[in-house]
Amino acid sequence: MSKLEIKNLHVTVDTDQGTKEILKGVDLVINSGESHAIMGPNGSGKSTLAYTIAGHPKYTVTQGEILLDGEDVLEMSVDERARAGLFLAMQYPVEIPGVSVSNFLRTAKTAIDGEAPALRTWIKDVKGAMDNLKMDSTFTERNVNEGFSGGEKKRHEILQMELLKPKFAVLDETDSGLDVDALKVVSEGVNRAKESNDFGLLLITHYTRILKYIKPDFVHVFVAGKIAEQGGPELADRLEAEGYDRYVSA
Amino acid sequence: MTATTQTAQHGLSEHSHGAGVPIQTRYERLRSTNVSDFPAISPREEQWRYCSPDRLKGLDADVLAEFVGDLAVKHSEGVTTAWVGADHSAFGSAGIPEERPSAAAWQSAKQAYLITLPAESKSEATVEVISESNEPSAIHLIVEAKKFAEATVIIDHKGNAILSENIEIIVGDEAQLTVISIQDWNDESVHASTQMAKLGRNSKLKHLVVSLGGKTVRVASSTEFTQPGGDVEMLGMYFADAGQYLENRLYVDHAVPNCKSRVTYKGALQGEKAHTVWVGDVLIRMAAEGTDTYELNRNLLLTDGARADSVPNLEIETGKIEGAGHASASGRFDDEQLFYLQARGITELEARRLVVRGFLNEIIQQIGNEDLEARLSNSIEAELARSGS
Repeated sequence: MSKLEIKNLHVTVDTDQGTKEILKGVDLVINSGESHAIMGPNGSGKSTLAYTIAGHPKYTVTQGEILLDGEDVLEMSVDERARAGLFLAMQYPVEIPGVSVSNFLRTAKTAIDGEAPALRTWIKDVKGAMDNLKMDSTFTERNVNEGFSGGEKKRHEILQMELLKPKFAVLDETDSGLDVDALKVVSEGVNRAKESNDFGLLLITHYTRILKYIKPDFVHVFVAGKIAEQGGPELADRLEAEGYDRYVSA
Repeated sequence: MTATTQTAQHGLSEHSHGAGVPIQTRYERLRSTNVSDFPAISPREEQWRYCSPDRLKGLDADVLAEFVGDLAVKHSEGVTTAWVGADHSAFGSAGIPEERPSAAAWQSAKQAYLITLPAESKSEATVEVISESNEPSAIHLIVEAKKFAEATVIIDHKGNAILSENIEIIVGDEAQLTVISIQDWNDESVHASTQMAKLGRNSKLKHLVVSLGGKTVRVASSTEFTQPGGDVEMLGMYFADAGQYLENRLYVDHAVPNCKSRVTYKGALQGEKAHTVWVGDVLIRMAAEGTDTYELNRNLLLTDGARADSVPNLEIETGKIEGAGHASASGRFDDEQLFYLQARGITELEARRLVVRGFLNEIIQQIGNEDLEARLSNSIEAELARSGS
């Protein structure tokens, strides 16, 4: 049983127009096994929250804290956070030329576990996870994200999540750019991984459609850098009907 | 890669010539064994537009000292070695200088070290060129593979040098020769190497240039086909650190029909004023029908402050060819790549290793010598570790 706590988090980013505060006091607690959806209009700071948890150097925490089972996450480097059990499925995964998916996955698994995975079971695990995500077996020979379609990139992110078995996974708009079939496959992958690893899930999305496939226990509405409202899954249904206008104009 | 990627179209690269430089067909360039035929080096000349004369530390002078140091040679049975003079038939048979430092070395090195690889048999040789000189000096090597030879020659440069070098490579009819030239000098060394290959009928040359250590290392490699059926593979790999200047110039002269050439050079750069230059000239002459050529250069910039110049030039005088193409791209290993890999638990140093190893592997795997592959992999790891501090 693990706990991820975000307390009064304030985050700034340097822009051409000077320093801008994006997150203005975010409070959130996620336990193992729970699914939280963060929804909100563009520019509300959803992705900033995701990247701040992962430790992207672009973002500066000016106040507040992030604790993973009581450990200070903000003191950790990006790779230390990943090894501590945090995972971010990125919205825009970058290309790594010359590095094959298979090499990348094995290197990441070795880094996370602190030892190389046993070859036979590892190959089987990768193959099984790829089959589930309906990925062709030649996929592992390709270079990381190079020439991947939007859907392939997202599947590749979820594949990593399934294999690296984090304690907490943050999915940053994983549903964007996916057609209906791909959304279903990816969502099933998330549910399957969650069932077998029982991690805490933070699902960041602009739209409600992915919530048809991945049922959240909690829904948080993110507006202007903080949580404006929270509730159960019924809140998502209301957002679907009413949109964000009520929060934005308020 | 995320930064700039361009693939030049045929002939377009001519536009990158500096103003005032006359367009000259590649084979009209001056060739001479007489250093006084060459004017003082000027950035107005195409071949010196990137490398300023002060980098050469006197290698462009009329007279250079004889090589000081050691040639440590190991070879298999049947290989012969000898010092030969200009009267020897092999001397000057693969080509003559096109540049001032090369001509200076030609005249200053009175004898050439000739390595002869026996006909109709397999052989190998390793020559360690261990320089111990801080004076501008000269050396001349000749590698001759006789008919039907199958041979590998490793020329391993190390030590302290200000050295201009001519290497002649003669590939006899039907011979298959691999020549690997490694430049792994101490930090302050300056090296201008001219490597000229002449290929006989149905012969095959694999030429691999690896530049790692040295302040300034400039290798000009050329291949001339003299008979149909020749096949050359020119490979290169370089890793430039802060302040290092590594230049590779290539020239493939398709003068006869039905020859094939493949050029693949890859470079990594890191640190302030790390600078690499790659210029690949391919000429397909009127007579060279059935030519098949492709050249490629890729550069990976690991940090800010590094610069990679990449200029492919393709000159085609006949349309009756199999194929001709080139590609050039330089990209950055950027913070987003680092973040992505680190977000998967991989440390920064390991992330850099992963990317650079993946990038250069294509070349390293071509070496075909396990000890050497391991050594070069280790050298790259060491370079990367240096940047991680």
